[in-house]
Amino acid sequence: MRLKNKDLLGLEYLDKEEINLILETAKPFKELFTRSVKKVPPLRGKTVVLLFYEPSTRTRISFELAAKRLSADVLNISASTSSVAKGESLIDTAKTLEAMKADFVVIRHSMAGAPQILARTISASIVNAGDGTHEHPTQGLLDMFTIWEKKGKLSGLKVGIVGDILHSRVARSNIWGLNKMGAKVYVVGPATLIPPRIEQMGVKIFYDLDEIIDELDVINILRIQIERQKENLFPSLREYNEIFGITDERLKRAKEDLMVMHPGPMNRGIEISSSVAEGSRSVITEQVTNGIAVRMAVLYLLAGGDSRGVKR
Amino acid sequence: MKLVIRNGRVVDPKNKIDKKADVLIENGKIVKIGESSKFRPGDVTRSTITIDAAGKVVTPGLIDMHTHLREPGREDEETIASGTRAAAQGGFTSICCMPNTQPVIDSVSGVKFILTTASQEGVVNVYPVGSITKGREGEELAEIGKMRIAGVVGISDDGKPVMNAQIMRRALEYAKMFNLPVISHCEDLNLSMGGVMNEGFTSTVLGLKGIPRQAEEIMVARDIALAELTEGKLHLAHITTRRSVELIRQAKKRIKVTCETAPHYFSLSEEDVRGYDTNTKINPPLRTKDDMEALCEGLADGTIDCIASDHAPHLDVEKDLEYNMAPFGIIGLETVLPLILTNLVGKKILSLNQAIEKLTVNPANILGLEKGSLSIGSDADLTIIDLNLKKKIGNEFTSQSKNSPFVGMELQGFPVATIVGGKVVVNYLP
Repeated sequence: MRLKNKDLLGLEYLDKEEINLILETAKPFKELFTRSVKKVPPLRGKTVVLLFYEPSTRTRISFELAAKRLSADVLNISASTSSVAKGESLIDTAKTLEAMKADFVVIRHSMAGAPQILARTISASIVNAGDGTHEHPTQGLLDMFTIWEKKGKLSGLKVGIVGDILHSRVARSNIWGLNKMGAKVYVVGPATLIPPRIEQMGVKIFYDLDEIIDELDVINILRIQIERQKENLFPSLREYNEIFGITDERLKRAKEDLMVMHPGPMNRGIEISSSVAEGSRSVITEQVTNGIAVRMAVLYLLAGGDSRGVKR
Repeated sequence: MKLVIRNGRVVDPKNKIDKKADVLIENGKIVKIGESSKFRPGDVTRSTITIDAAGKVVTPGLIDMHTHLREPGREDEETIASGTRAAAQGGFTSICCMPNTQPVIDSVSGVKFILTTASQEGVVNVYPVGSITKGREGEELAEIGKMRIAGVVGISDDGKPVMNAQIMRRALEYAKMFNLPVISHCEDLNLSMGGVMNEGFTSTVLGLKGIPRQAEEIMVARDIALAELTEGKLHLAHITTRRSVELIRQAKKRIKVTCETAPHYFSLSEEDVRGYDTNTKINPPLRTKDDMEALCEGLADGTIDCIASDHAPHLDVEKDLEYNMAPFGIIGLETVLPLILTNLVGKKILSLNQAIEKLTVNPANILGLEKGSLSIGSDADLTIIDLNLKKKIGNEFTSQSKNSPFVGMELQGFPVATIVGGKVVVNYLP
């Protein structure tokens, strides 16, 4: 089996089989990491451009490592140090990359839809590494991989996503993906940070985490941005922390095997307490490791690879 | 100079004419309508120009009460010369240009510039709309009376609302003296701030900031209340939501208020924003299928008086950007009529007479223009329409800009000739 499209723009556009394929393919790649030589040859001779219009550490490095471990050549372009800073438009930048025969463009952009613009402009495979508040499909995939690996399944699990859902591309990708895989998704956050009509995506809305904490198998905690306070979306960080912050106290009623996730970077003491972040339930550092394996799988499959080609 | 248009189906809603007839034009005026067998000898001579409109519809010249010509200031996007040619191409013989140019048309000199340039370079009648407030800043009234004397047919801060209700009240009160319509762009800026599309499920999925329908509806309600208070002449521009239509329908039972919508609002919905095509970025935004239906109901029962283009030219380089960064607006002059004929008349939502009414006599009445009919003695502004002509909208426009979401769409019913003051400006007839 192969992926149907040349691009990965969002989990909205993948079907269940394709998501399964990516997760299955990521597994052997993860096993590679325990070896002394972590590199395999499938993308030898291919060029992967990392086009980052927004600052990012973990996603960029994760993609870079993924591409390098697949033996691709990697080019880093960040908006602040390139012709983008001179006012070049996205479409012109895209055409330049096309002319340089990039095989993959991994794009991170502060505005929703930027990867779509690239995908219809150039023939390279476009991987969305986060576009505005739209989607962050590889984060969604690595979150699902992490759950699937630990719990052995996705179907039937109850996953709570807590925090600023409105501005979260991670939430949207998780919702699309988890729903397709048969999990039940709850979103929890201040009413001002719940996007309109999100229930139509197949989630349930809660304003009080304590109402459902005992049912959850997974809790995915989102970063709360301080700037949102200035937009009057909530009155203060300490109030946010009191009502929605995840602490040991709040988790007392949770299931024994509740899994705690966070896409990072964390605001310790605001949306998550340090002891929860470091606690036995937390899989936050493992998410980072899994991110590389999942991104390897994505690049490998978009390059036309299939599930049988991965050597164990 | 004489011109005769033969054998067409003459549709003139104002004079309740809908019959096969010939139209005789002399010295820029309509002199006779009827069967040419009843014309007197000498009416049609060898030097009379004849247009054979057999199988076509002949209507009063269409009026677009909401156009952005961009001149002065953004002549790279559109000029009075190019915009009036686009209008003629689209079957319009008269257009009203909005004052949000650079500089803003907020004084007599600006009005004179438009009128002078239009008389020298334009090919259709141009009626300027002046701004309500100086610089469209929403703070001080512009010289409405002086602009009226210079020739404006309405006032509007279009592109922006007058957020201050007290200033809007004064504008309605003051403009009433001159019988000038106050054309309101209904948008609560605090609610719409940062939004780029209709707020709802689609904006949530696309991760684009939404503009709630209430941003429009609150201002529709406010302006109706102010019109009630002042007995001013209120015209609501580009109405897009079901509730707006309902509010206006109710208000019309009590007071005189008029409104318009634009073809994109009954032809496209927020669903069309998927794919992030910036030619779907319009203010007010494309709404839902339910709103499209409500607009059709409002058009059919007369709640919505007019259909206007809201022609808003932008260059490719401005539109070929990320959705958030692209400017609002699409061109419309060359697609208004085919969209109406395809999506309203073709689907039996409006009769042809009703549709033509909304493009001729209704805007003329609102603006106080002696236009929009084929009355004997009136200016010979006419549009000839081929209801059967089917075409795919191509990327070739007479407008200097090409920002249309309708490129590639097949439509039925196009203008084939445009006559302004007895002069044939556009003619595709053999």
